Amino acid sequence: MPKLDSTRYTILFAAAVCIVCALVVSLAAVGLSSRQEENARLYMQKNVLLAAGLLTPDQQPSTAELLRIFDESIEIGLIDIATGAKVAPAGIDPKSYDPRKARNDPGLSRPAPPNNAGLLRLPNTGIVYYVKGPKGVEQVVLPIMGGGMWGMLSGFIALDRDGNTVRGLTFYEQKETPGLGAEIGNPKWQALWQGRKAYDASFTPKLAVIKGVAGPPDKDPHRVDGLSGATITGNAVSRLVAFWFSDNGYGPYLKLFRQGAAT
Amino acid sequence: MSASDAFMGKAERHALVTPVLDNNPIGVQVLGICSALAVTTRLDKALVMSVAVVIVIAFASLAVSLIRNHTPSSIRIIVQLTIIASLVIVVDQFLKAYLFELSLELSVFIGLIITNCIVMGRAEGFAMQNPPWLSMLDGIGNGLGYGLVLVLVALARELFGAGRVFGVQVLPLVQDGGWYEPNGLTLLAPSALFLVALLIWALRTWKPKLQEKD
Repeated sequence: MPKLDSTRYTILFAAAVCIVCALVVSLAAVGLSSRQEENARLYMQKNVLLAAGLLTPDQQPSTAELLRIFDESIEIGLIDIATGAKVAPAGIDPKSYDPRKARNDPGLSRPAPPNNAGLLRLPNTGIVYYVKGPKGVEQVVLPIMGGGMWGMLSGFIALDRDGNTVRGLTFYEQKETPGLGAEIGNPKWQALWQGRKAYDASFTPKLAVIKGVAGPPDKDPHRVDGLSGATITGNAVSRLVAFWFSDNGYGPYLKLFRQGAAT
Repeated sequence: MSASDAFMGKAERHALVTPVLDNNPIGVQVLGICSALAVTTRLDKALVMSVAVVIVIAFASLAVSLIRNHTPSSIRIIVQLTIIASLVIVVDQFLKAYLFELSLELSVFIGLIITNCIVMGRAEGFAMQNPPWLSMLDGIGNGLGYGLVLVLVALARELFGAGRVFGVQVLPLVQDGGWYEPNGLTLLAPSALFLVALLIWALRTWKPKLQEKD
């Protein structure tokens, strides 16, 4: 038995504890990662449906039900973000394509134009989700992302057929402060976005989160209530929404969409 | 002492049962209050948190006890913390894989189990001096004691705050055409403090020997 208090033994013991603990943690992380990714993908699809109002926040559909609603009512489209035109690039499967991952691939993305939404690179190809109804496309759900207070915010915004009226908004990935900024995940706050307008009469992006309380959507269409204690998060959401509705984001696409040419 | 005595003898039963009521970590030692305030707005959250804490304390106490005779005392606290932190990450990974949406809401608090005084307290105060099986039972007992308080507080908060139990509407709310006007205060953190205090009061009235003499 070595002396418990010798420096040599202490260091060796500490190293052994670290190795065993690291092994246990990495085994759990690697072993469960495929299930976790599957969950994250399902949750993203669920958020598309939530943004479009096809699911309400109270509903807890089973996996099979969720996929059924998704397949029945959603059609995935790929667009060239720079021109807004519909594309079908070789080697990209719309079902598994994730524009957030494409941002890290130099072959699939480009440096973002200067912006204050915290985006360094943009994917070349964007993904849009069409919500189909009896009379054709009723809404389009667009992925939005940008830098928040502590990390990236990823969400969806659903627009009406006019390419202007917001039908819903969700955030499915965020690292904001719990209780303050993380309230952007609160369905009650997200519901405040419904009916607001993304653009003004001359189609300049106008929608923003303000400090304080905004009026009802028909009287105050371009402003959304701020969250108290979360000014930085609110500003981040304003910036990323402004970026994605600008000509650097979905501007060109939405122009085509409004003319009915994009679908 | 026979084999079954070693497995579940008097000392073992004592280690498992006393922390649930007689030496409840929240009710008597007043430890682990912070998470008791945070995760008790809904029963499902409180239950998952309780199970997570039971698992973490049980295995942390077991592991700490297994290596207690080999641990240099100069680094024992950091060794305990390393073990606890690793277990918490593993539990968090399992939640992300099997209870994804609940994990999104609980994630922060699961991470904070690392700093839960009960876990460290049992590792340092019990597992460092006792054999592995006994330590594990003591850990489970303390976890159950913590969970009992959590579930009771969550039951009261969800029932009076939202009229629900496990998400099922029990008391019809006024806004849905029912008769129950929900008490919004119970959904806020301070109410949990009152409820925990009431529970401590009830426990000490029921078992007067727990009252401190001052």
